[in-house]
Amino acid sequence: MPNLSSESRRTELNEGLTAGWPICLGYLPIGMAFGVLAQKAGLTPLQIGLMSILVFAGSSQFIAVSMLTAGASAPAIITTTFVVNLRHLLMSSALAVYLRSVHRGLLALYAYGVTDESFAVNLPRFNAGTWSLPRALVVNHAANLTWFISTVAGGIGGRFIPEGAFGIDYALIAMFICLLIYQIPKLIHLLTAVIAGLMAVVLALLFPGNTYIVIASVAAATIGVILQRKVFRRVPSHG
Amino acid sequence: MADYLLLLLGMGLVTYLPRWLPLHYLSRRSLPEWFIQWLELIPAAILSALLLPALILAGEPRHVDFMRPEFWVALPTFAIAWWTRSLGGTVIAGMLLFWLAGKVDPQWLAWV
Repeated sequence: MPNLSSESRRTELNEGLTAGWPICLGYLPIGMAFGVLAQKAGLTPLQIGLMSILVFAGSSQFIAVSMLTAGASAPAIITTTFVVNLRHLLMSSALAVYLRSVHRGLLALYAYGVTDESFAVNLPRFNAGTWSLPRALVVNHAANLTWFISTVAGGIGGRFIPEGAFGIDYALIAMFICLLIYQIPKLIHLLTAVIAGLMAVVLALLFPGNTYIVIASVAAATIGVILQRKVFRRVPSHG
Repeated sequence: MADYLLLLLGMGLVTYLPRWLPLHYLSRRSLPEWFIQWLELIPAAILSALLLPALILAGEPRHVDFMRPEFWVALPTFAIAWWTRSLGGTVIAGMLLFWLAGKVDPQWLAWV
């Protein structure tokens, strides 16, 4: 029996790594870019590694570093982190459907690794019935380990990389562009994104600080829901 | 370092809770439909609210500026993200294009 169980463990590890390696490959350049930027902002490799372990959320880590550079206060950074990462609420809600019978301690561990990328890999597999929590945990933790190592490596190597080299300042914007494309499956998402972007620009022009991010995205999503319920729902009944 | 640790703990907590609460409670009950629709639109809204000002606003006080490479490089980067759907590929291509854009002398634009 121990042989059988160790063999199934190895299968789980293999299948998890097979599903997760594209995430790890994508995290390498982004993680190193983050490490370099964080080093330029004055963080030590230890501080960078701690952030990657305690927060483990790429986009909000980039934002936190740019806010630290701009001299923002801790409450402002934490509030922005909360709003930026609120999207995980939706992902965990979608995943919860497939994890009903799972031990709550394991769920707490799994929750730690819910990211845009691990969600995109795990959810379709859960949905197809070919996935299990151990495999999903392998995906999450392989991604977390890669993120940790690449951000610390960027932090250590950062001092050898001159300011602005290799377009590293553009890593965050390019990442947001791709994540935004992922988030636009339907017309209503595109409309919401356009409204949010325009509102953010207008608010940013009118008021100093970073509150425009929260206000514009909450307002645009609310307008999007109203549009979807009032306008889009009527379309089929008229056609 | 103590202040920094407090910041990280705060960031970690507000990041972990939205990841954990639905997994812990939603295995039993479900959310109202309008709230699910709202949550579905939030990621696109946030990313766009972060992106567009970063692409077309500059300076302090802020003003609209369409001539910055941030904006021009974003156009091919959007196309690359759309066609490849690859996060790593988009980031590398975007960085490369931005780096190349920095090598272009703006005065050449007068010839175009």
